[in-house]
Amino acid sequence: MTALDSLPPWLMALVAFFLVLGSTLTLLGAFGLFHLKSFYDRIHAPTLGTSWGTAGILLASLLTWSWVQDRVFVHELVIGLCVMLTTPVTLMFLGRAALHRDRADGRGTVPASNAKKQAADSTD
Amino acid sequence: MTRILPHPLLSVALVLMWLMLTRFSLGHLVLGSVISILAGLALARIEPKAPRIRSWAPLLRLVAIVSVDIVRSNWAVAWLMLTNGRHGGRTSAFVIIPLRLHDPVALALLAIILTATPGTAWLEYDREAGTLLLHVFDMIDEEDWRVLIRDRYEALLLEAFA
Repeated sequence: MTALDSLPPWLMALVAFFLVLGSTLTLLGAFGLFHLKSFYDRIHAPTLGTSWGTAGILLASLLTWSWVQDRVFVHELVIGLCVMLTTPVTLMFLGRAALHRDRADGRGTVPASNAKKQAADSTD
Repeated sequence: MTRILPHPLLSVALVLMWLMLTRFSLGHLVLGSVISILAGLALARIEPKAPRIRSWAPLLRLVAIVSVDIVRSNWAVAWLMLTNGRHGGRTSAFVIIPLRLHDPVALALLAIILTATPGTAWLEYDREAGTLLLHVFDMIDEEDWRVLIRDRYEALLLEAFA
């Protein structure tokens, strides 16, 4: 831990701020995932963790290691970019699976798919 | 040039990533370049059309707008998570949004933007009808969302992609 002692207080405060911000947002997202009622509401909750939750923790890590190692650390940017680029894929998979299931079960809460709507219009 | 580098953007991005993940040195630059050129050639077999970006200025403006929006919507959604039960005023809903965008790369960017901003979830895009099914966590007015996406994000993406 000796390397971390070399951090000046202002940088420690900044790092702590980003860590607390990032982890609080991630925790809130996890809490939302746990307690929200509908599936479609629930997929919004973890996006807190994948946006500023990740960004806060990565910024804290970037600041700490850039100071300790005396060079700019940019690994964190790659992590952030990969998280940002890959979340839509899983989200769309989950979202479309849920839509498909709800439509197959005939639940009226979900908008009908366009192909079905056109078929319905032509029979009217 | 295009024969060696069919996907120049991808290859440049890969070299940059390679250098970010390793300590910068001439050897890594050469190794990274070789790998990224091979990766570009491999992708050209699957997807021969490289994305065409007409101008970069709107994309830069988009990055600035989106970073502000991500902070703002993080705050908004976090606040809703904390206060939701007490006021009970939040309703979530689906919105169908007609899109003028057709370029797959531009659509992918829009998907990333909408996913990265908490409070909106991209559910389904209908290519034939050109409509997007979006789920909004805190719905106040449907028309507001159509206007927001059309003017704030879509207009800039249309400018950027030919």
